[in-house]
Amino acid sequence: MSTVVSVNRRGFLKATGATAAGLLLGFTLPERNKLAAQFPVPAPKTKAYIHIGTDDRVTFILPKAEMGQGPVTSLSQLLADELDADWNKIRVEFAPVDPALYGPVQGVVGSMSVRTLWEPLRQSGAMGRDMLREAAAQKWGVPKTQTRTENGFVVNTSTNARLSYGSLAEAASRLPDPQNVALKDPKDFRYIGKPVKRLDTRAKSAGQTQFGIDTRLPDMAYAVIARCPVFGGKVASFDGSKAMAVPGVKKVAQVPTGVAVIADSTWAAMQGRRALEIKWDEGKNANLNSAGIRQMMSDLADHPGAVSRKSGDADQALKGAAKKIEAVYDAPYLSHAPMEPMNCTVKVTSNSCEIWASTQMQTFTRDAAAKATGLNPEQVTVHTMYMGGGFGRRANVDYVGEAVEVARAAGVPVKLTWSREDDMQHDSYRPASVVKFAAGLDADGWPVALHARISCPSFAGMRNGVDFAAVEGIPDLEYEIPNFYADYRVAEPGIPTFFWRAVGYTQNTFFAESFLDELAASSGKDPVEFRRKLLAKSPRLLNVLNLVAEKANWGKAPAGRYQGVAIVNNIGSYTAQVAEISVNQGKLKVHKVVCAVDCGHVVNPAILTQQIQSGIVYGLSATLKGAITIDHGRVQQGNFNTYDLVRMDEMPLIEVHIVSSAEKPGGIGEASVPPIAPAVTNAIFAATGKRIRKLPLRNQDLA
Amino acid sequence: MASVKFTLNGKAQTVDVSPEMPLLWVLRDHLGMTGTKFGCGMALCGACTVHVNGDAVRSCITQISSVAGKTVTTIEGLSANADHPVQAAWIELDVPQCGYCQSGQIMTAASLLAKKARPTDGDIDEAMRGNLCRCGTYQEIRRAIHRAADIKANGGRA
Repeated sequence: MSTVVSVNRRGFLKATGATAAGLLLGFTLPERNKLAAQFPVPAPKTKAYIHIGTDDRVTFILPKAEMGQGPVTSLSQLLADELDADWNKIRVEFAPVDPALYGPVQGVVGSMSVRTLWEPLRQSGAMGRDMLREAAAQKWGVPKTQTRTENGFVVNTSTNARLSYGSLAEAASRLPDPQNVALKDPKDFRYIGKPVKRLDTRAKSAGQTQFGIDTRLPDMAYAVIARCPVFGGKVASFDGSKAMAVPGVKKVAQVPTGVAVIADSTWAAMQGRRALEIKWDEGKNANLNSAGIRQMMSDLADHPGAVSRKSGDADQALKGAAKKIEAVYDAPYLSHAPMEPMNCTVKVTSNSCEIWASTQMQTFTRDAAAKATGLNPEQVTVHTMYMGGGFGRRANVDYVGEAVEVARAAGVPVKLTWSREDDMQHDSYRPASVVKFAAGLDADGWPVALHARISCPSFAGMRNGVDFAAVEGIPDLEYEIPNFYADYRVAEPGIPTFFWRAVGYTQNTFFAESFLDELAASSGKDPVEFRRKLLAKSPRLLNVLNLVAEKANWGKAPAGRYQGVAIVNNIGSYTAQVAEISVNQGKLKVHKVVCAVDCGHVVNPAILTQQIQSGIVYGLSATLKGAITIDHGRVQQGNFNTYDLVRMDEMPLIEVHIVSSAEKPGGIGEASVPPIAPAVTNAIFAATGKRIRKLPLRNQDLA
Repeated sequence: MASVKFTLNGKAQTVDVSPEMPLLWVLRDHLGMTGTKFGCGMALCGACTVHVNGDAVRSCITQISSVAGKTVTTIEGLSANADHPVQAAWIELDVPQCGYCQSGQIMTAASLLAKKARPTDGDIDEAMRGNLCRCGTYQEIRRAIHRAADIKANGGRA
């Protein structure tokens, strides 16, 4: 039985002989991703990824984290295949923060786990296998060429004698790292490319998985924090005496992010917080509201900004076009809303700090704790816990530093828990955005010019005046349009913003794929045919477009149903979707979504299918219902009654079709989020003639 | 403070806590049973679902005093070896992604199957719409509930 367990790593190494094989961990980010400079490649090290116990247990040490996207299983497949390990002997542990072994930034962002570790983990597995063969050859006194491996054993090819990996582990661990080890021919893969069962399913089906919020320490106290409801505001004064009178409350303390209530249970802390009397200094954002923010961005998008793309002369081509089409699109702020609210457990002493956290960024978690304690980063231990969802929210580790502050105030280990309302009202949001498009068509209805002016808050850093994460999905469109201009003006209304699953593509693909649909409609052309012609030089996008059209029976929807199509190429993968919907008396139903995806070499088609389904549902919640709105500097939503998600009865049937490919793996966790909104809204246009230019659909008149 | 006696996963249990404290926090913070999850605190997401006298209830809004004398089952008590038909189906079909909501999904599904041996898709919509899954595993949950019905009809064997 394969299991995912959390073992004491030092104890494990001490108790059992361990072999060592490790290689560099290369963070190779896609060219568009401007985080790349923060991820230099570390020098090769051993013992990074594989420990083999004398009991034949194989423990993979993964420098990533599990939020449902599947790296516990898929990265183990990479290691196990080249190591030729017995899948039933595998355990997984999450790596400690260790820059020497894993590089200066450990974390899970940008759908990069398989992309960046595809080669290093296979090389590591192959090195381990080579060392085990060498150790066996030495024991038998035969050349290594007279050995082979078979599912956790080294076999003597002359005598058929067998030695288990565990029996060879100690000898192998004393060997030097082999050089130039050959990787398998893909046709020999045993685990890679197969729908291998997830290693974490059983524990998750038994309620045994340890998420961050499940951490319990001896003598631990429980805490919540009251934070200023207005972004940027702070405590002016407070009176904690009534809170202290609540049974179970032990202490009330001001911390940099608000007022903490420390108690003997989470519930007592929450009751204590309700009894706090706080006067807030609401600061300069106290008069912000959504309408004003929308107007600010719209005004900004009336004027030229920093150029993100310029090919040909779009202004001139627009003047000479047979037909000119203009449209304004906008999208709201969105909250990540993972099911596990933010939380962090901390134990601090004078010379150490231990953190238990569901976090997407191990290194930043360590650094946040070091900063808050004044300790060196090396004095901080991060225990990576399973995440109850991440979606980008847990790449912002704001909950870590404040938990350390609370633990210091408490004088005992503390688990800080955010309520759902805390999470929704103090998130770092998918930014709201406005784009103003103009396009010119020639006499035959084909686009000769596209002009896009985007206004959006910046959250990922500026290069030459452009935040490329805020605009991605528009300047990088692959449609062949001879005159193409896009620019960007940063809006800074004061609402915190950050990466939200699939990032800028989540709004920009909605904008671009909807506007392209407008152009097709204006030309009287079929939306798939229109895209086909413009993608003649983009074979992978064209291929997924053709595949989805075929599988969805494009143009042949059942009576009363209507189809819409949209495509995207992000994170190194290519995705096309057709949504099939009906609108009856203004009521929308999404019946079916067909998705074709080309993400290069597939590691696990079952996990891939899960992720495609997951991204579609995540994007569909935003399409149908998602909006964070601001009034007097406060988020108006607080829980799932005001920020609802797609539920079982609204779930469309999803069909996934995977392109077989030998290309390098692309990402998958964010691949399917962007196209669902325009696929649905383009289908609404087909059904009703109404062009949807803003989201969400809730409260829009479709009758 | 009040002393509340109830049956938890087949064993007699007594707790001394504030009578208004929700069952969720008694389970998680006082009894250390963390399989039942906190998601919303308002019975909007279903992550905290447990059985009280066999019915699926939201433990986040269930005051501990209201379960006095009753029988409470949590995910930890649903089966000895994660082999309840619902769990068996969940494992067979690899339903969980992040897994955080799945204790609640499984408890709601088990309650549904106890009442309807062969739930229709409409029954599943009705019973499960109170359980949110941010990873969007709904399609696999639906398949797994049908599969669990098969397993149960087959005497618990897969």
